[in-house]
Amino acid sequence: MKINRIVELINGELLTDNKDYKKEIAGAMGADLMSDVLASILPEAVLLTGLCNPQVVRTAQIADIRAIIFVRGKYPDRETIRIANDENIPLITTTYGMFEACGILHEAQLPSLETPTDKNSI
Amino acid sequence: MTDKDSIISDENIKQFTRTEELAYELRIHEVMTGDVHYLAPDLQIEKALEIFRKERFSGAPVVRDGKLVGLISIEDLIRALREGNLDAEVRDYMTAEVVVVHDYDPVVEALKTFSRTKFGRLPVLDNQENLVGIITKGDISNGLLAALQRDYEAEEIIRYRASHLFEDIVSHRTSLILRYEIRKGDFIHGGNASSNIKRALLRLGASPQIARRCGIAVYEAEMNLIIHTTHGGTLRIEIEPHKITMEAYDDGPGIEDVEQAMKPGFSTATNEIREMGFGAGMGLVNIKRCVDEMRLISSKDRGTNLYMIMYLDDKDDNPKTIS
Repeated sequence: MKINRIVELINGELLTDNKDYKKEIAGAMGADLMSDVLASILPEAVLLTGLCNPQVVRTAQIADIRAIIFVRGKYPDRETIRIANDENIPLITTTYGMFEACGILHEAQLPSLETPTDKNSI
Repeated sequence: MTDKDSIISDENIKQFTRTEELAYELRIHEVMTGDVHYLAPDLQIEKALEIFRKERFSGAPVVRDGKLVGLISIEDLIRALREGNLDAEVRDYMTAEVVVVHDYDPVVEALKTFSRTKFGRLPVLDNQENLVGIITKGDISNGLLAALQRDYEAEEIIRYRASHLFEDIVSHRTSLILRYEIRKGDFIHGGNASSNIKRALLRLGASPQIARRCGIAVYEAEMNLIIHTTHGGTLRIEIEPHKITMEAYDDGPGIEDVEQAMKPGFSTATNEIREMGFGAGMGLVNIKRCVDEMRLISSKDRGTNLYMIMYLDDKDDNPKTIS
């Protein structure tokens, strides 16, 4: 699914001056704990989160996350937007809450890119 | 609504895209057309028309002794034609007051002049006021595109050179060591070091999987130094052709029970840290999962040493990819 389709679905707003607006997104994960994200997200996902600080963008860059959606109408500060522009990671904000935003995208056939926790593998 | 709109527009003003930056960096002489066809002021209108028709010009500078004296456009020639003045000279119909730009001005100057004057082309003069070229909006677009392409190629070259580093330098054991000092509580820069480490690994030719796994491990270690240490600590990354050794060390306070610290979900982080998205108790677990070897040595008050090793030998697509 393309980023601009995702923005459309969640009635979102793009906060970065992103050039590859048509970048392909393979799936999604929702989380507020960055270690959870690092532990289980697959590459090329969009991350839905309520957390709104520069570490989210750092986490995205490290974990090959394609884009970040801030839920519940949250706005990151300038520093966060600056880092996102530098790393070319689109930031999107939506007024939907986490559950609803995830629900809308999942219903539109965007798959989950969160690996299930396997107790034996840890 | 108005509030957040203003935040965004403010952001947009402050944020230059690379293209805008280039408009300031590039000089006019780098994008202009240098080989200019010009006319002499005493050329007959009839001859000028013939040149315009043959060369499909829509305008040309008028030059005497290397100096620009005017501009003549197809409209000027049509005016002469209409007035039946084919024997007149170019100087009689040209525009003598010409807006010019200079060769060492940034491209943005030309852009500003274009939007101010609505002219389609501007003569370019050097500092002796000699005509050296003509610039159009098309020249600027092409110049910017070429510069963006050069940017891209420059990154490719850096990557190429870096990836050949180990082949070019001969020794019994070559390694590249990166060191980063991480300050306690420095959440603003938290992750910067890991970002740079990941980028360095990619430039050195590591696969995206290896770079991602090292990135995650070292990022967790970096955040641990920021969150849990007394004074911060050091990240030391040693890159060798066959392995990457990542080390995070600090001088305290040390981990009381290493075994317990390794359990998924165990965390000593404060609520404040948790609100920032950290302290899920997954850091060390994540690190262990990402690297091939991990060693954690810690004693109360002596500090902690964390070793993470990634082997690069197994070339045929690593089965241990993060997924």
